Amino acid sequence: MDAIDRKIINNLQGGFPISERPYADAAKQLGITENVLIDRITQLLEQGMLSRFGPMYHAERLGGGLTLAALCVPEADFEEVAAQVNAFPEVAHNYARDHELNMWFVVATELPERIDEVISEIEAQTGLSVYNMPKQAEYYIGLQLKV
Amino acid sequence: MSSNQRLIEAIQGGLPLVSRPYAAIGERIGMSEAEVITRLSDLRGVIKRLGVVVCHRKLGYRANAMVVWDVPDEEVADVGQQLGQLECVTLCYHRARHLPDWPFNLFCMIHGKERNRVLDKLDSLVEQCHLSHIHHEVLFSRHCFKQRGAIYSQFAAAER
Repeated sequence: MDAIDRKIINNLQGGFPISERPYADAAKQLGITENVLIDRITQLLEQGMLSRFGPMYHAERLGGGLTLAALCVPEADFEEVAAQVNAFPEVAHNYARDHELNMWFVVATELPERIDEVISEIEAQTGLSVYNMPKQAEYYIGLQLKV
Repeated sequence: MSSNQRLIEAIQGGLPLVSRPYAAIGERIGMSEAEVITRLSDLRGVIKRLGVVVCHRKLGYRANAMVVWDVPDEEVADVGQQLGQLECVTLCYHRARHLPDWPFNLFCMIHGKERNRVLDKLDSLVEQCHLSHIHHEVLFSRHCFKQRGAIYSQFAAAER
């Protein structure tokens, strides 16, 4: 990764033009050509530095459901429970964290009422209580990393 | 499926890496380039961000701390806004407590290259925002089992 890649990552996390030639417009801002920008994004995707080049949606504004949930999983059962939880297509991310509540996952559904069903299904499958922690307010949505 | 739904679904995996990506998308779903551009501009409210979605770990951000705070309810909005403005905080949410075992109601994420550096950032944050009296815990991630974008196709609100 060189200075151009860093510039692309630092500047294109926040926004990308919606115009006929968006790569050309964005490239101009970055002081590179359209072809270079397209090639670099392609490479960054291939290298796995970027997981996607596209939109992140506000799930709730699309009418969907979204929540963060946690489980307290006995260490011995961890892998098995992780497999059970990850098998749900509605589970978007799942992280092991250092805490008594040691498994944290995001549930995203097309319909809000499906959240409670998924939570109950996970409880039934794992035999554990799910701590459901829906968002009540959001103070920042930037999530921009400088590289 | 409505036109907006088709468009939302068509771009969720990523924009085509060609000179006129919106024309390419339009071709796929039977829409003109101009219509794609107009609809996407109108959908700005549901698109949180358009652009690069990074893989933190690959970029060297291996330490990812979820810091949780037990803030008095009447102060949570103020503290949340204060934390959300800091450069080191990448996400900040008010969430429901689960008493008695989970008293925390404010969650923020701090990403860093090493745990020690994340903890340093947290120390300065506590000092800067005068939060030393507020009980907090740090939950570092050990392992990421699954990471994908949520899959959206038939959201009701996109129907127009």
